[in-house]
Amino acid sequence: MTALAPSSLELETPATRAQPGALRRLLRQPAALGALAFLILLAVVSIAAPLVAPYDPRAQDLARVLAGPSWHHLLGTDTLGRDVLSRILYGGRRSLLSVVEGVAVVLAVGVPLGLVAGYFGGWIDRILSRVAEVVLAIPGIILVLVVLAVVPNNEDVAMVAFGLLGTPVLLRVVRAATLRIREDLYVAAARVSGLPHRRIIIRHVLPRVIGPIVVQGSLFAAYALVFETGIAFLGLTADASTPTWGGMVGEASTVIQQQEWLLFPSGAVIAATILAFGLLGDALRDVIVAEQSATTTRPRSATSPDHALSPSRVAVARSRALLEVRDLAVAHLDGNSETFVVDGVSFDVQPGETVGLVGESGCGKSVTAHAVLRLLPAELHQCRGNVQWEGRELTLLGDREFDTLRGGTLAYVSQDPQPSLDPTFTIGSQLTEVVRHHDRCSRKQAKQRAIDLLRLVELPAPEQVARARAHELSGGMAQRVAIALALAGRPKLLVADEPTTALDVTVQSEILSLLRRLQEETGLAILLITHNWGVVADICDRAIVMYAGQIVETAAVQQLFDEPRHPYTLGLLESHPSLAEHGAALTAMRGGVPSPGTWPDGCRFAPRCRYAVPECAQAPVALHELSESRATRCIRVDEIVAVHA
Amino acid sequence: MLRLVARRVALSVPLVFVVATGTYLLAGLLPGDAARAILGQYATPTQYRQLRHSLGLDQPLLTRYWHWLEHAFHGDLGVSPFYGIPVTSLLDSRLAATFSLVVGATVVAGAIGIGLGMASALQWGRLGRVVDLLALVGLAVPNFFLGLILVAWFAVSIQLFPATGYVPLSSSPVEWIRSLVLPVVTLAVPGVAVIAKQTRDSMLEVMARPFVRTLRASGIPQRSIVFKHVLRSAAISVATVIGLVFIACLSGTVLVESVFALPGLGGLAVQATEKHDLPVIQGVVVYFTAIVVAVNLLVDLAYAALDPRVRVS
Repeated sequence: MTALAPSSLELETPATRAQPGALRRLLRQPAALGALAFLILLAVVSIAAPLVAPYDPRAQDLARVLAGPSWHHLLGTDTLGRDVLSRILYGGRRSLLSVVEGVAVVLAVGVPLGLVAGYFGGWIDRILSRVAEVVLAIPGIILVLVVLAVVPNNEDVAMVAFGLLGTPVLLRVVRAATLRIREDLYVAAARVSGLPHRRIIIRHVLPRVIGPIVVQGSLFAAYALVFETGIAFLGLTADASTPTWGGMVGEASTVIQQQEWLLFPSGAVIAATILAFGLLGDALRDVIVAEQSATTTRPRSATSPDHALSPSRVAVARSRALLEVRDLAVAHLDGNSETFVVDGVSFDVQPGETVGLVGESGCGKSVTAHAVLRLLPAELHQCRGNVQWEGRELTLLGDREFDTLRGGTLAYVSQDPQPSLDPTFTIGSQLTEVVRHHDRCSRKQAKQRAIDLLRLVELPAPEQVARARAHELSGGMAQRVAIALALAGRPKLLVADEPTTALDVTVQSEILSLLRRLQEETGLAILLITHNWGVVADICDRAIVMYAGQIVETAAVQQLFDEPRHPYTLGLLESHPSLAEHGAALTAMRGGVPSPGTWPDGCRFAPRCRYAVPECAQAPVALHELSESRATRCIRVDEIVAVHA
Repeated sequence: MLRLVARRVALSVPLVFVVATGTYLLAGLLPGDAARAILGQYATPTQYRQLRHSLGLDQPLLTRYWHWLEHAFHGDLGVSPFYGIPVTSLLDSRLAATFSLVVGATVVAGAIGIGLGMASALQWGRLGRVVDLLALVGLAVPNFFLGLILVAWFAVSIQLFPATGYVPLSSSPVEWIRSLVLPVVTLAVPGVAVIAKQTRDSMLEVMARPFVRTLRASGIPQRSIVFKHVLRSAAISVATVIGLVFIACLSGTVLVESVFALPGLGGLAVQATEKHDLPVIQGVVVYFTAIVVAVNLLVDLAYAALDPRVRVS
C-alpha cells in the first residue's frame, strides 16, 4: 500500500495560486454552470421586475381568481386574481435581498472571528469556541421568533439574527483552515520577520482560506433562503399584499382543497433557487478538493505491461511446494489507465520454510502478499499470474471458496498490531469467534481454546488479556494476540507483513523467537515481509529481494549476506548499520524507489546503480538463474562478482 | 460510566441557564417594545402604560430578569399575556404532539437511512443514486412546501390521511398514527438522506481498516464481519448524525406543525410570535434547549456504550 500513498510533502507555494484555474474548472461542470446561470438570470429579472413583469404585482382582477396558466397569465392568478408570474418576479427582490443580508452577516462576523481564533489560538480561541458551542446548542429558528415578537414584521432584523446564529459553523471552518496554514513555513517566516499580524492575516492567510469560505457561503445562502421563505410562509415578515415567495406558498395552502396548481409556481422557484445555491456549493467544494490533491500528489503516468519480458521463473525444487506464485502482476486502475504496482513476480514457499520478502517501502512486497491472500484494497487488482496451493490453482476459486482457506490454511499477521484488532470487542470474544468458526465447538470449549492460544503466544495472565480490549494492550501484547488469532485455525502458511516494525527492539526479538518456536512446534511455513535485514538474518531460510515491482534477487539467506549478486541487494546491505564492516563508513544509496508508473524501461535500478552502464537502460533485464536456488536480475553480475571476489 | 454521566449533566445544566439568560436579555435589549407590539399603533397612552406595568416592562431590565430567574428556578416561567395561563402548563400540554412528531421522524429517518446506507455500502444495485437523489430533494424542497405537496396528493387527491389535525394516542391509537404519517414523512425526508450518507461513508471507512482485514484473513464469514464488527464501529458516527437529525427535526416543527395544524411547541411558538407573547416564546426556547442538551447527552452515552475507549478516558 505504501507504493500508492501520495507524497506527504506538502510544500505548496504560498502564492494565491490558481484562482482563475479554479473558476475555469468550476465552469466546466455542467451542474455548476447551470446553477450559476440560473442564479444570475434570477437576480437580473428580479432587479428588473418593474420592466419585465407583465402586471402590477398588487393589481387585482376579481373576475379571474385562481385561474390556471393561460396566455394572459402565464403562471395563472392567485386568490385575488393577481398575476402569479409578476408576483414571483417582485417576490424575488425580497428573497434575494434577504439571502444577501444573511450571507453578508455570516461572512462579516464569522470570517474575522475564525481567522483570529485560528491564527492567535490561546484564550481567544478557547472563548470563541465556547461561545460557538453555546450558540450551536440553541434551536436557531426559535430565537429568531423571539426577535420577531419584539420587532414585528421586520425581515431585515430577522435575517441579521439568522446570520448571527449561523456564524459558529463558518467560524469553525475558517478556524480549522487557518490552523493548518498557521504552521506553514512562510507564515512562520512572516511572523519571525516582524510583519504586523493584521498584514500577515490579510495578505498570507486569508487568500488561502478563501476556498472553504466561498463553499460555506454558498451553502449558507441555501439555508438562508429556506429560512426566509419559511418565515414568510408563516406570515411573520410582511403584510399579505407584499409579494414574497414564502407568502405565496402560504396563500396557496389556504386554497389547497380547490386549486392545487397555485402551490407549484412559487414552490418550484424556491426549490430551484435553493438547489442552485446547494449545487454551486458542492461543485465549489469538489473543485477545491481537486485543486488541493493536484498540488499534493505527483502525477502518475501509466505504464503499459511489458509482456515481451520473458516470464521470469525461479527454479527452486519444484516438487511439494506449499505455495507457488507465478508471474503475478497487480495494477492500480485509475479511470482507463492501469498502473502496475507488482509486475511479474514468481516464487515458491516450501512446507516449514521461512521466506523473507525484502525491499524498501514502495517496492511492492506487501502488495504481493496481499494479492496472494486476496486482501487487496478495492483500487488494486490482480491482472495476471497464477497462485497454486499444494498444486491447486487458487486464482480460479470463487470468493466464497477462497474464504474457506482463510485462517485454516492461509493466515495473516499485519504490520500494526493494535488497529488490526476490533476496538469494540474484547480480545476473548474475537478469539472465541474465530475458534468457533474453525472448530465448530461449544462456546465453553472455544473459550478454553482461546485461553490456550493466548498461553501459546506466551502472554502472561491469559484470562486477564481475554477480558481486555485492543487499546488496553501494549504493542507487543497486541501483536501476540494477533498471532494467536492467526493460529486459531491451525494454518499451514502464515503471511506476516512487517510483524515487528511497529514494536520496540526488545519486543521485536521476543516476537521473532516466538515465531521461531511456533514454527518448530507446528511445522508452520512463514512468508515474512520486511525491510529489516536483522529480521531476515534472525529467522529466514531464504530471501527474495524486490525492487520496483519485480524480484531482483533470490538466494538462501547465508549466500545473500556473503555474496550478494545484485547491486540493489549490495546497496541495501551496505546501508544497514549492524551489517556494515566495523569502522567502515555507512553508505546510503542515492535516490529512492521510483513510484509505480515512473519505472524506467531498462533495468529499473539503473538510475541509482553505481555499476550502471549505458546497456543497462536499453532493454528490460530478465531474472536469470545462477544456480539451482539463486537468481539475479543484473546483466553485469559477472563484473560485480569479480569486484567483490 | 456513572462518572461520565454525572460530568455531562454537570456541564449541560449551565448551558440551559446561559441560553435562557441570553434570550431574556436579548429580548429586553432589542429596539422594540412588546407592549407597543401587542397594542398596535392606535392605543391610548393610558392603555400603553397599564399594559407595560402589567407586563413588568416599567422596571429596569436587570430587575425583571432577576425576578424571572427566581421564578424559573422554582419551575415557574411566568403567565402568558395572551393565553392567560401559566407558561409551563401551556407548554406541557403541547409536549405530546411535538414528541410524537420528532421521535417518529427520527425513528423513521434512522431506520430507512441506516438500511439504505448499508445497502449502498455493500453495493446492492443502484441504491447509491437513490441516496443522492433523496439528498437533493431533502436540501432543495423546504419542509413546508414538501408537507403541502403531500397534503395535496395524499389528503386532497386521494383521501388516505387527514390533511391537518392531531388525535392523541390515548383517544385512538390508529387515528394517532394516521394523523402523524404525513407530518412525520415530511420531517423525515432530509434526515433519511443525511443518515444514509453517513452510514455508507463510515461503513466504507471501517471496512478499509486493518482489523477487518485481520478478521477476513482469519476466515470469519463476510456476514459476521459486516453485521457484527463493521456495523458496530460504524454506528459510533451514525449515532452522532442521528442526534443532529433529531435536533433538526425539532427546529422543523416550527413550520411543519403550522402546516399540519398540530398542537405542539413549534406551532405554539409561531402563534406566540404573532401575538407578541414573549413569556411563551422564551419558555419554548428553554424547553427546546433542554431537549437539545438531553439529546446530546444521550448521544454521548450511546458513544460510551459503543466505543469502549470513551468509557475509560
